[in-house]
Amino acid sequence: MSLLEVREASKSFGSLAAVRRVSLRVAAGELRAVIGPNGAGKTTFFNLITGALRPSAGAILFDGRDVTAVPAWRRVVLGMARTFQITEIFPELTLAENLRVAVEAAAGLRLRPWISRAAAAAVGRQVEDMLALAGLAAKAGRRVGELSHGDQRAAEIAMALALRPRLLLLDEPTAGMGEQETYDVAQLVRRLHRDRNLTIVLIEHDMRVVFHLADRIAVLDQGALIADGTPEEIAADKTVQAAYLGQVAEGGAAEAGAAEAGAA
Amino acid sequence: MRESGRTHPAVLAAIWVVLLLAPTWLGLVGGYTALGARVLVLGLAAMSLNFLLGFTGVLSFGHAAWFGLGAYGTGLTLKFLAASTPLSLLAGTLLGGALGAALGALIAHRRGIYFAMVTIAFGQVFYYIAYRWNALTGGDDGLRGFSRQPLAIGPWRIDIVANGVAFYYFVLVCFAAAVAIMALLLRSPFGHTLVAIRENERRARFLGIPVEFHIWLAFALSCVFISFAGGLYALLNNFADPNNLHYSLSGDLVIMAVLGGMRSFWGPLLGAALFVVLQDYVSSLTTNWMSFVGLLFVLVVLFFPRGLLGVLRGKSPA
Repeated sequence: MSLLEVREASKSFGSLAAVRRVSLRVAAGELRAVIGPNGAGKTTFFNLITGALRPSAGAILFDGRDVTAVPAWRRVVLGMARTFQITEIFPELTLAENLRVAVEAAAGLRLRPWISRAAAAAVGRQVEDMLALAGLAAKAGRRVGELSHGDQRAAEIAMALALRPRLLLLDEPTAGMGEQETYDVAQLVRRLHRDRNLTIVLIEHDMRVVFHLADRIAVLDQGALIADGTPEEIAADKTVQAAYLGQVAEGGAAEAGAAEAGAA
Repeated sequence: MRESGRTHPAVLAAIWVVLLLAPTWLGLVGGYTALGARVLVLGLAAMSLNFLLGFTGVLSFGHAAWFGLGAYGTGLTLKFLAASTPLSLLAGTLLGGALGAALGALIAHRRGIYFAMVTIAFGQVFYYIAYRWNALTGGDDGLRGFSRQPLAIGPWRIDIVANGVAFYYFVLVCFAAAVAIMALLLRSPFGHTLVAIRENERRARFLGIPVEFHIWLAFALSCVFISFAGGLYALLNNFADPNNLHYSLSGDLVIMAVLGGMRSFWGPLLGAALFVVLQDYVSSLTTNWMSFVGLLFVLVVLFFPRGLLGVLRGKSPA
């Protein structure tokens, strides 16, 4: 059964149709990439899935349950965690404190006016585990606002993981990263998928990352789903090539093919 | 690992020594014990406001409303219902806390300037009720004709009525209890969610925290604390008047918090101390004492945006 099912979801802002009747099924354990030219509606689509926006029409089902009217925070409790295109963290707090909020929320402690030493120690251990997973253990005491862009992105992923999600949604996790950082994030995502069998939906511009990681790829263009298939199918898809080539022509690049075009 | 915003133990010890010995040293520097009690009460009020402003990131510009309700609740109880200091204090705290919680529920989803404006409006509603309802509140003249009562603890009776030093220690015990609860809350998982909301509301929401509900809780708690302070204020003066509810007092409380440092737990107490002392000394020299406070405020905001205690902590802003 699908863990996530989007049924004919649409979102309009005034006369602009940002997402148009998009349907998508993501099976448990799958790693799905969502790609498309700039302005294709990918982030809006993410916002519909996670509850940051309510769809104008259509439905969102999570684990068989209709969550279309469920507020964003409760979808997190149900098992959806996400990161953002522009990193959303708690800049004035230390890395460990950032993670602590996530761990405590996931443990259902958010309304506790006190915490026992034992429970606090357990929280601390989970924080350390998550930092180790994200390769940030050495920076636990640093203020997150002072960390490098790459470390901040990794911190945000670690916070999402600390929620122990069943579905992880990553909005351009490698945006603005150098070669090494991009590779590190790709390896992290791969480990999460392979070793923990985590279901992941990923918006990504770096086509090497997408074709390296994804089980299936969905392509959005101008708010509509124009293709959905395995990486091989997508690479060979004429509609996809046309959508990307249009953008590349505008940008002045001459290279053909979805892979190179997307990476440009 | 050092926690963000936690007070150094030496600073903490110094604060308590200064407060505990205040009746001794205040006289030596030309002060008097009631001035110390006034600092404690307004300091508690400013710290209550700062629970919301500095630690949840929500600015209420009408917090005098709940302070004044605490004062009137306490005074009215003493005058009409029960000649008991603890009971009247409890009644005042409940009155302000309950009304704050109820009205807070209406506005917890408002943000920034809209939230601040609505809180001012609430404050002014209570101000005019107190101002007009002569029969109950004494109107413009204020509520008179009540007095704090001696404390009876088991077989002991403590005279806090005529004995100013005893009353100071009573206020200090109340202050310590309220501040301890506040500090424990801020160190708890619930407190962590508040700071998270201050830092990044969107991230907090997408960690599974119902942001509006937590803001409402923080607002209600802040109202309970400041009503308690208002009740102590009525006991201190044996008097409550509409100015306890007025938005100019709300503004003073914000000034105290910002002056002392709204990111630090103890900052507002320092701000209140400065404010009260300036008021007391400078107002004996000139009626324009507020312009000195204003000047100090401008200087602090320009040169020490983290407030005076923020500077003392030596943490540079990002």
